[in-house]
Amino acid sequence: MSEVVIQTSKLTKEYVRDEFKVVALRDADLEVRRGEFVALMGPSGSGKSTLLHLTAAMDRPTSGTINVLGSDLNSLSDSSIARWRNRHVGFVFQSFNLIPVLTALENVELPLKLTHLKKGERIQHAATALRLVGLGDRLGHFPRQLSGGEEQRVAIARAIVTDPDILLCDEPTGNLDAKSAREVLALISTLNREHGKTVVMVTHDPHAAHHACKVRYIDKGELLPEGSKPQDWN
Amino acid sequence: MAIPLSYNVRNLRVRKTTTAMTALGIALTVSVLLAAFALVEGLRSAFEASGHPLHILVTRKGSDSELSSNFNRSVYNDLKFKQGIARDAKGEPLASLEMVTVINLASQEFPEGSNISVRGVTATGLAIREEMKLTQGRWFTPGRREVTVGSSIARRNPDAQMGRMLRFGRGDWEVVGVFDSPQPARNSEILADLNQAAGDFERTEVLSSALIRATDAVTHQALINDLNYDGKLNVQARPEKDYYQQQTSSGDLVRYLGTFVALIMAVGSCFAAMNTMYAAVARRSKEIGTLRVLGFSRRSILLSFLLESLLLSLLGGALGIALVLPLNGLTTGIGSNVTFAEVAFSLRVSPEIMAKGMVFALAMGAFGGLLPAFSAARKQILAALRQV
Repeated sequence: MSEVVIQTSKLTKEYVRDEFKVVALRDADLEVRRGEFVALMGPSGSGKSTLLHLTAAMDRPTSGTINVLGSDLNSLSDSSIARWRNRHVGFVFQSFNLIPVLTALENVELPLKLTHLKKGERIQHAATALRLVGLGDRLGHFPRQLSGGEEQRVAIARAIVTDPDILLCDEPTGNLDAKSAREVLALISTLNREHGKTVVMVTHDPHAAHHACKVRYIDKGELLPEGSKPQDWN
Repeated sequence: MAIPLSYNVRNLRVRKTTTAMTALGIALTVSVLLAAFALVEGLRSAFEASGHPLHILVTRKGSDSELSSNFNRSVYNDLKFKQGIARDAKGEPLASLEMVTVINLASQEFPEGSNISVRGVTATGLAIREEMKLTQGRWFTPGRREVTVGSSIARRNPDAQMGRMLRFGRGDWEVVGVFDSPQPARNSEILADLNQAAGDFERTEVLSSALIRATDAVTHQALINDLNYDGKLNVQARPEKDYYQQQTSSGDLVRYLGTFVALIMAVGSCFAAMNTMYAAVARRSKEIGTLRVLGFSRRSILLSFLLESLLLSLLGGALGIALVLPLNGLTTGIGSNVTFAEVAFSLRVSPEIMAKGMVFALAMGAFGGLLPAFSAARKQILAALRQV
């Protein structure tokens, strides 16, 4: 059995909205092993993105523990988390979130600016990542010059360029047409299977979830036990 | 490592209209300040370059200027034989008795007329100012109503041209020559024969001052002390250079006003820069969130936005300097608060002044950009990502 890379225990996130307390995630216990491809599914507002954000240390839990790659995320400072995230986690957004004024190559090079690599090495790594996602001929293109599918592939290249252990994807096909979605999912699967990346993907789409080796459902802030899904989930 | 500079440069380029407007606001503020500085610098360098290091100006004790000095001919006769005064080839002391008065003369800038200094001198007065060279005509003839005018006067006053007559004193004075001196303040004077001028102004005994030359630098100070402590003469002696430098304060009002106006404008420009940067932070909220997710720290975000504001102000500063550069060398006149006469000088946009303008612009950018940069750095990642 491979090592556990993500482990949460009684992970809870509450928000106060208009003086009302909203529980986004309640007592979530999740275990993800190295090399797994886990899909998190659930209706809108169920808390799946909250769990993903907590895993990426983009937010702090209200209570519970979260341990990713041996680091207790609750105990890290803001600056340590920033460094940790850069080194260990690649994040893919639903709306790509590329920097519009930078070219594809510059976008992918961005996370490498935080490493000790020299300019030439950074360019080389970024170009390699772009070639890996099939965009070797789009290095100098700005996001506005790319299709949605291409933009998402640039975003994936940016997420993997630092060679992170974990790839976290938040609805990566949500803004794509069917063909582009298939290509992006195939790419994520390849990264999981051939490059050993541990993938956690939030998705609404059952077809997308089919690419995962494990599907976990979240309903009304509760992470359901493995193998079970909400009663009204179709 | 920091967020790449190209990110900021390109963002400034993308929102080129707001960038241009903000930079223009900063530029105008910088140009107002630099124009005032250029005027004062021009005045300062004109007066600093004036006066001979061995010359001593002697006036009556208690007089700040030649114009208010009543200097008796008898005093001059006593002092010209003082030890330490240089002598010419004939063995005569280089001491010039002079009379200064002001006349009203129309100029291109002031058609209604402005005060112009008329200096009555003898041949020694011309000899002691050997740096003055004729550019047109000749020197005035002693005993005749003739004047030789400084090059600034000839340039700025249409009536002070060769062959024309100037009316002052008891009659008309013919302009017979134009001189030029490397000491700019001298070029704003009209020179005439001392005795003729003194007669016209009924000041044959009570004149204005004496200009004397010391033999060397050591004697220069000793001679000043000797004259100042001579109770019988009752005169005030000072280095001629100091007399001119004292007149630099004539530009103080312009400098204070210019600085005051520029500071008021600077507050406005700071707000404009702040507004622009707040808008940039709001518009790029999602990018800020993304950069944080990629691993950039709050400090990197802060520095990046502050740098962008500084780049904006740098652009404004450069534009401001460009706006004020055409003023470099432009000749204008200002009323001296010592001689009460107009002194012509050239505005000077020196590299030091340009550097001051750039620092001023950067200060505006820093003040204007600091709060928006803080607000960008303080954003929570998820809140930033959710903002549209």
